Amino acid sequence: MENLIIANKEFRSRLFLGTGKFSSDKEMQKAVIASESELVTVALKRVNLNDKDDNMICHLNIPKVNILPNTSGVRTAKEAVFAAELAREALNTNWLKLEIHPDPKYLLPDGEETLNAAKELVKLGFHVMPYVQADPVLCKKLEDVGTVAVMPLGSPIGSNNGIRTLDFLKIIIEQSNVPVVVDAGIGAPSHAAFAMECGADAVLVNTAIASSPNPIGMANAFRLAVNAGRTAFEARLAQKSIVADASSPFTKFLEELEK
Amino acid sequence: MKNSFYNEIQKYPWESVTHSIYSKTAKDVEYALNNPNPGLEDFKALISPAAIPYLEQMMIQSQQITQKRFGKTIQMYIPMYISNYCNNTCVYCGFNHKNHIERTLLSLDEILKEAQEIKREGFEHILLVTGEDNKHCNSDYINNIMKALQKIFALISIEIQPLETNEYKKLITSGLNTVYIYQETYHEGNYETYHPSGKKKNYRYRLETPDRLGEAGVHKIGLGCLLGLEDWRTDSFFTALHLNYLEKHYWQTKYSISFPRLRPHAGAFQPNYNTTQKELLQLICAYRIFNEQVEISLSTREDPSYRDNMLKLGVTSFSAGSKTNPGAYSQEKDSLEQFSVNDNRNPQEIAEVIKTNGYEVVWKDWDYYMQNN
Repeated sequence: MENLIIANKEFRSRLFLGTGKFSSDKEMQKAVIASESELVTVALKRVNLNDKDDNMICHLNIPKVNILPNTSGVRTAKEAVFAAELAREALNTNWLKLEIHPDPKYLLPDGEETLNAAKELVKLGFHVMPYVQADPVLCKKLEDVGTVAVMPLGSPIGSNNGIRTLDFLKIIIEQSNVPVVVDAGIGAPSHAAFAMECGADAVLVNTAIASSPNPIGMANAFRLAVNAGRTAFEARLAQKSIVADASSPFTKFLEELEK
Repeated sequence: MKNSFYNEIQKYPWESVTHSIYSKTAKDVEYALNNPNPGLEDFKALISPAAIPYLEQMMIQSQQITQKRFGKTIQMYIPMYISNYCNNTCVYCGFNHKNHIERTLLSLDEILKEAQEIKREGFEHILLVTGEDNKHCNSDYINNIMKALQKIFALISIEIQPLETNEYKKLITSGLNTVYIYQETYHEGNYETYHPSGKKKNYRYRLETPDRLGEAGVHKIGLGCLLGLEDWRTDSFFTALHLNYLEKHYWQTKYSISFPRLRPHAGAFQPNYNTTQKELLQLICAYRIFNEQVEISLSTREDPSYRDNMLKLGVTSFSAGSKTNPGAYSQEKDSLEQFSVNDNRNPQEIAEVIKTNGYEVVWKDWDYYMQNN
């Protein structure tokens, strides 16, 4: 399996993990280890930036695991930029998952504010990974302003509904010059494998693992599924066809005419 | 004001709502339990007597929906009582203006001392509570407190007298995140019996407070009715109606529901309608099935054993170590409590119980820099 490269950084794993909703930091840590993920998101609002011994951050001090702070909770570009700068200083990383969802019910991303924030953050030197609708035009615009990846949703966040935006994801994957990470809605390893078979560069999973009765087992299952899906994509799937195996071929009448 | 819930509620006469709830059948309950997108009629069925035989199934569904949306987590908050001055004469409340009790308004220094004690327990989410008295504790005073506490706590909520939209806007810029405003009862005809004088007597002004909050752009609004004044089923329907209305009009705001439950108590106001623990459980599960994302808070008014069982069944936030008289965390004062606390365990004990149940204790889920910069 090829390594994934984002902003000149290599990742052996194409599975990214969210760290919310676990029953304890310890369990979250075990799930991250089982997943072999090398990039995990952390909601800034959950972290105490002034506390060097913040419990969640301490539990993510795992070899090869990189922290991707997210701005979940902000409603505007201005708030996102402010939060990002504090995060960079406190967590010592210029990587950022940009999330702006003014709607607390479905947590749907605001494309307009996200694009504005991305422009500003790229100028400020951040590696921006924006969470967006599966909107091919917006993804191209984000790429143009310099985001290092795009993260379109598969279905509403936390829904576990799988890949419902397939047609648009395929267009995004086809057109993108930056890695495409399918984020939100992936509820089962089969969904993740499918996204990878379709050519997604990576997937981000949280609820499906954290809310499973056995998060560690599920993290392992997702690891296998993502690897399987990617390996299948690289090997290239056999073409689908409906083989017409009719007992009397349509062309038979030609033979009869020639007699 | 652009929108008013007062106009909306006129479409729902109290008596016909009550009749409709009590007419729900087992079939309606089963429909509600199987409806992937339940509405207000389903909510009525779920709180109706017809749903009682389905309680076990409601509990299972409530638990599953809550875990999917919130994970196995419980958020912690603590109230800080700032003042017990009050101009209202609410018949059920210890702060009633006519009660001859020692009145206190904490100074900024005293508030900072309280904050220090509260921080020591690990709290990051604080709820500031006052009586309703614009002379001693007006919005300017609250604004000063907010500014002082903004960088000490990650999230600040208030439960104070209703304010004007522009006053809320000002408080938001000083760090206000959440406002709890309980209608107590949605029964307009009987409202004045419980709130005979003071500004709170004005039913409509109180009812439209969440509209003003939504207009001001507050991050979260907490609703609730006082269980025990009127039939809890009907009052809870109106709370759910209010929630539905607000979600549609103020879509950038989060919502939370609380369940202050009056209990028969010697020498105190006797509830007109008793709500049992079993009925409260039914109500909480009904809310969760009806609304996946609403936050559900259960305070220390309830007993320890009840709270410990409820933490897995739909509840998302807990208060702990609460004291309901001003200055109680840092002083040896013994002024009258607003209501009596039934869960007297300290915050660490409660956190331990939550963890033992396989849930994570979330002390912090916000930060001042996430808003209005």
